[in-house]
Amino acid sequence: MTPVPMTLVTIIAEHVLREPLTADLRRLGARGYSIGEVEGEGTRGLHTQDWQGKNLRIETVVPADVAAAILAHLAARYFDDYAMIAYTSTVAVLRSGKFA
Amino acid sequence: MNTVDLLQANLLSPIALAFALGLLARVVRSEFSLPKDVYLGLSIFLLWALGLQGGVELRHSSLQAIAGPALATVGLGVLTPITTYLVVRRLGRFSTADSAAIAAHYGSVSAVTFIAASGFVKAQGQEAEGFMPTLLTLLESPGIAVALALGAYHAREGERPVREVMHEVLTGRTMVLLLGGLVVGFLIGDQHWATIGPFYDTTGAVFRGVLCLFMLEMGVTAGARLGDLRKVGGFLLGFGMLMPLAHGTLGAWIGQVAGLSVGGATVLGTMAASASYIAAPPAVRLTLPDANPTYYLTAALVITFPFNLLIGIPVYFRVATWLGGAP
Repeated sequence: MTPVPMTLVTIIAEHVLREPLTADLRRLGARGYSIGEVEGEGTRGLHTQDWQGKNLRIETVVPADVAAAILAHLAARYFDDYAMIAYTSTVAVLRSGKFA
Repeated sequence: MNTVDLLQANLLSPIALAFALGLLARVVRSEFSLPKDVYLGLSIFLLWALGLQGGVELRHSSLQAIAGPALATVGLGVLTPITTYLVVRRLGRFSTADSAAIAAHYGSVSAVTFIAASGFVKAQGQEAEGFMPTLLTLLESPGIAVALALGAYHAREGERPVREVMHEVLTGRTMVLLLGGLVVGFLIGDQHWATIGPFYDTTGAVFRGVLCLFMLEMGVTAGARLGDLRKVGGFLLGFGMLMPLAHGTLGAWIGQVAGLSVGGATVLGTMAASASYIAAPPAVRLTLPDANPTYYLTAALVITFPFNLLIGIPVYFRVATWLGGAP
């Protein structure tokens, strides 16, 4: 099997956003995602929301155009009001049919 | 007992001291804290036990006895977010979003403060009515709904609709455990309760012990946010203590008028005075994202919660006793 290039989108966000974000990802074309709980410190100091749950790291592997749409949506909808960062990296995946 | 003795007895109670120890641990930067999942597990136990026993007790109460106090509770649930909103918005000059966010917290209720008040009145020999957990459930959500409605006209395009967020409040763990516990407790009745009662009895050793552990972590959490006190300013500091006194006095009075005993009126006053920090924060974060969490979390958790725990409850008890005509 030959690896195929895809885009990995990683989002670190407040845990209250779990439901809205995963719904957004599905709607924008992501076929799946993984969620982990993380701790840390950022420009807003210690994550202000994490006393009832840690921050989330949401990862999804998608085609480049879907990644662009996700980032544009995050910037428009969440960046002003919520503690959130998002970044992409290019990854090589097997079973590329699972992602697009 | 005079007021000073009452305060002293309250300050030296295990839950107050556990809270203080947690706070101190964080202040001296100890690495101690309860794992998040343990904290969550303890809170589930407390809410579930509260609901169950409330349901069992509900069976022993007549509809007639509950109707007045229930009506009074809903009235308080609608009134307290409005008074909070007006005070914060007009006197404190906070933004609409911040005022509505704080109103949602003070309109709702803190179950742990409720438990502390119930324990306190029992220790004074003035046990509250058995149906108080039903009133707690009633007071949980109206305040949040009213406050979010106050802030709703301010919401921007694309925000999550209040209806959707209210669904989350009404199906959150507090409501499922409290309301579900009430129903289950009501259905099982005394015979089955006898088999599980010793484990869940809210006046028993297991429950009080778990509460102590829970309080340790509440102290740690409050301690971690102590630094935020400097950021919120003098107004919120005063507000976080005076607003509960006003609402607590009002609640105790309304409780008396509605026919509650001295213990019941004290607990209702405490409920009106307390601020939610489990159900309200996520609802507010999603509906009013431009409200500053430092304001509402610090006020509810770092100022009002310890204030009620240490000073408020004995004061509301004193008010209820005085209104009830006892010495």
